[in-house]
Amino acid sequence: MTTKQVETLDRVVIRFAGDSGDGMQLTGDRFTAETASLGNDLATLPNFPAEIRAPAGTLPGVSSFQLHFADHDISTPGDAPDVLVAMNPAALRANLHDVPRGGTLIVDTDDFTKRNLAKVGYHTSPLDDGSLESYQVHALPMTSMTVKALEGLDLSRKDAERSKNMFALGLLSWLYDRPTAATERFLKAKFGKRATVLEANLRAFRAGWAFGETTEGFAVRFTVPPAPAEKGTYRNVTGNTALAYGLVAAAHRAGLPIVLGSYPITPASDILHTLSGLKRFGVTTIQAEDEIAGVGAALGASFGGSLGITSTSGPGLALKAETIGLAVMLELPLVIVDVQRGGPSTGLPTKTEQSDLLQAMYGRNGESPVPVVAPSTPTDCFDAAVDAVRIAVTYRTPVVLLSDGYLANGSEPWKLPRVDDLPAVDPGFATEPNGAEADGVTPAFRPYLRDAETLARPWAVPGTAGLEHRVGGLEKADVTGDISYDPANHDRMVRLRRAKVKGVAVPDIEVDDPTATRGGPQDSRSEVLVLGWGSTYGPITAAVRAARKQGLSVAQTHLRHINPLPGNLGEVLRRYPKVLVPEMNLGQLALLLRGRYLADVTSCNQVRGLPFTSTELVEAISALHHAPARSHHEARAVHGEAR
Amino acid sequence: MTATVPLGMPAARSGGSGLDGVPALPEGVALGKKDFTSAQEVRWCPGCGDYAVLAAVQGFLPELGLRRENVVFISGIGCSSRFPYYLDTFGMHSIHGRAPAIATGLATSRSDLSVWVVTGDGDALSIGGNHLIHAMRRNVNMTVLLFNNRIYGLTKGQYSPTSETGKVTKSTPAGSLDAPFNPVSLALGAEATFVARTLDSDRKHLTSVLRAAAEHRGTSLVEIYQNCPIFNDGAFDVLKDRDESVGRLVRLEDGQPLLFGAEGAQKAVVRSASGFGVEVLDAAAAAEAGREVLVHDAGADDPSAAFALSRLDDVSMAHVPVGIFRSVARPTYDDLARQQLDEARDVAGGPASDDDLAALLAGGDTWTVG
Repeated sequence: MTTKQVETLDRVVIRFAGDSGDGMQLTGDRFTAETASLGNDLATLPNFPAEIRAPAGTLPGVSSFQLHFADHDISTPGDAPDVLVAMNPAALRANLHDVPRGGTLIVDTDDFTKRNLAKVGYHTSPLDDGSLESYQVHALPMTSMTVKALEGLDLSRKDAERSKNMFALGLLSWLYDRPTAATERFLKAKFGKRATVLEANLRAFRAGWAFGETTEGFAVRFTVPPAPAEKGTYRNVTGNTALAYGLVAAAHRAGLPIVLGSYPITPASDILHTLSGLKRFGVTTIQAEDEIAGVGAALGASFGGSLGITSTSGPGLALKAETIGLAVMLELPLVIVDVQRGGPSTGLPTKTEQSDLLQAMYGRNGESPVPVVAPSTPTDCFDAAVDAVRIAVTYRTPVVLLSDGYLANGSEPWKLPRVDDLPAVDPGFATEPNGAEADGVTPAFRPYLRDAETLARPWAVPGTAGLEHRVGGLEKADVTGDISYDPANHDRMVRLRRAKVKGVAVPDIEVDDPTATRGGPQDSRSEVLVLGWGSTYGPITAAVRAARKQGLSVAQTHLRHINPLPGNLGEVLRRYPKVLVPEMNLGQLALLLRGRYLADVTSCNQVRGLPFTSTELVEAISALHHAPARSHHEARAVHGEAR
Repeated sequence: MTATVPLGMPAARSGGSGLDGVPALPEGVALGKKDFTSAQEVRWCPGCGDYAVLAAVQGFLPELGLRRENVVFISGIGCSSRFPYYLDTFGMHSIHGRAPAIATGLATSRSDLSVWVVTGDGDALSIGGNHLIHAMRRNVNMTVLLFNNRIYGLTKGQYSPTSETGKVTKSTPAGSLDAPFNPVSLALGAEATFVARTLDSDRKHLTSVLRAAAEHRGTSLVEIYQNCPIFNDGAFDVLKDRDESVGRLVRLEDGQPLLFGAEGAQKAVVRSASGFGVEVLDAAAAAEAGREVLVHDAGADDPSAAFALSRLDDVSMAHVPVGIFRSVARPTYDDLARQQLDEARDVAGGPASDDDLAALLAGGDTWTVG
């Protein structure tokens, strides 16, 4: 055994890429788990096609998983990979343009046949024609080495080849000095019942490690020390898992059973999968016949005193619109989870976007206000879900929880919350009549008599004697809940429903502004405020840090609550001469801000199906920073347009 | 790779009553029609068949001996869907076609409620067709009252999915092109476990069918032929006229031979010559030809005979079976769903505690800092 030189790095970005069937997501997940247990900070970006198995070896079939890990606090999966692991020519071709010159390529050469090269438009092999001269290339026959390692097992060559992802994982685990015990445990749990498959995966994994250890091809081994972190117990978690757990935790604390009505849709289905395994926690999942039935079943369950939840993505939200409107009218708790993806229509099912914001806000008939809550990171999905449940139960209202594909599938270390610290919302079910008949004596139930503070109506569930009442989509008479077509009553009820949502308690936003002095935020003098919402938090945070290093004067703030907006937002917007609003849509939050505050914000938009790179955001910040302040005249012109 | 597991049959509920688990009134306490009548003014058109059904339901509900707070009526949109407002129970007047989906969520989460869906031919079979068939497929414990007047009344007279082909309406001045659904055939095709038909004007029959429907555990589909005096008046007159109806109505009674018609002109339902369906013959002629009169068996597992019976009815209404076509026991979705929850709880040793929640959040792969 040779002793190799060990070099310490502060951060690395690795991208695993291969065919959709090559197991790249699993490889990435395992490398992530090894990295998390080592205590690095990390962020991940899975990126895969909508097709389950696109034709093998083609560009549309390439699936990749990017992981950024560091010895310090990081907020994005990295703009560009330092290391690309490419399992075939398609994976190389599809990803090479993202790797900076000087980057490392680890390539499985077994698939570099003339035919496979031609499939992706290579006339000559890039491994031989000199086109990769400016990269550090490790060209390795990983597939054949895997097959060789599995000799003697009762496996066809084709089956043996399937373990090549574990060879790659073993090699990379050696190269970056990752602990391997957990992966071996994982494989035993996953394949324990199939001894040959388990043996194949273990052997391939160990062979990859041993190859790194013995080959002269890798002279240097790297280590990335743990990142300093707050004291506590941690795990790694994806956004979808954290979101599902947040719903369960909030309902558990409130003492409410959950009924999830859902129809499978990418990228939200994992929430249905996760919750369907949590029956022990009082979670009923109904895989409904369609999106409409999913939210209908949830609303029916809420009427019966459960916490009704439905999970979906953009096209499903469109289908649920009418039922959400009914929930607005019935004033019952309901949580609608929208894991946004590229649209319109079927759009980009597996790619991320933030283009459902206006649909969530306004995509219903009539004046139909609903609170909108947007998590900012995978782990924040937990807290945002807890918050959405709080609002739904406290204010008896449907709440839209706006996640997206990047948060859903991305993962990061999560400091586990203490259960005792989680809010325990009291459902406060109505138990007795709250009014009297005209005689002033006979008790009567008034289903639309509101709480003076929250404007919430009573949650009176079937089975409660004396509270029999009828609700429905027709306009309600104030207090009594009877059908009413009275013009003044309708006007009053529309305004009451709006006032209720407007009055939802949300915290003020905090601004991260290095110029803030002891005099308080009023003294802040940064030139540019970057204001984001949802999953742009990571890239914006990285970009703001980088911009400050360049000497730019930048403040940052981020919205979790889009409806209602934080009470201090108007004041914050007025404080800064220039406001940049990056969004993965064409300016939906910017439209809301202009309409609400007449604020002259500058949009920065892209809808490529991927998160922002911090590089492009730094450029946008820099451009706005150096742009002349808008004249009074120009500002007025913009305001005029907003009107 | 897929696998199936035996779900078992909830022992207490196998073929049990639809009202099992719903709290009854204390002994000696009885409610009356008045107790189930809300203060809302009823606003259907004069002469509407809905009045008769409402009166029958208000009059029959007390017989079930339930607490009214444990009775829930959920409706969609349409004239009949105003029904819940007039009953002093819990109720929801929801949105067009979606009542079965909403009722599915309610019935699955609450075993202690008697859940009723009120719907019409447009609500149930057009905009809500998908929810109706899936509720019946799942066999969720609820009773669906499908008011069939073969017209859209609330929107003022367009043809419905049960209207006759060629029907001239506001939206089909040259005659409707659609072939109508037969709701009973549809329900049987969707594997409904209880399917019946009755008439708004025959209170006694209506009540007996409703009672059987309520007591059936699973989705009960009751089609009620109902007259719309404004837009489709007289649609079922031939079934209501004493003389006309006698040779048309085939009254289904379990275990009884399918004989009907006036004395001296009796008719018999026999297996059709082609072998698969049924047909109606003069009873005397059938006997002479040695054709066996079918005996109605609502509890037959195989729904083929019930389906064949349902095909006797067409828009000519020459022969219209009324009564219970099918009533069979099958585990209900809601019982099974609750059973899975109970089992998960039992296996884990009781309801989840805060510690269980903490363990769930932590998962199997944690590390500690500091």
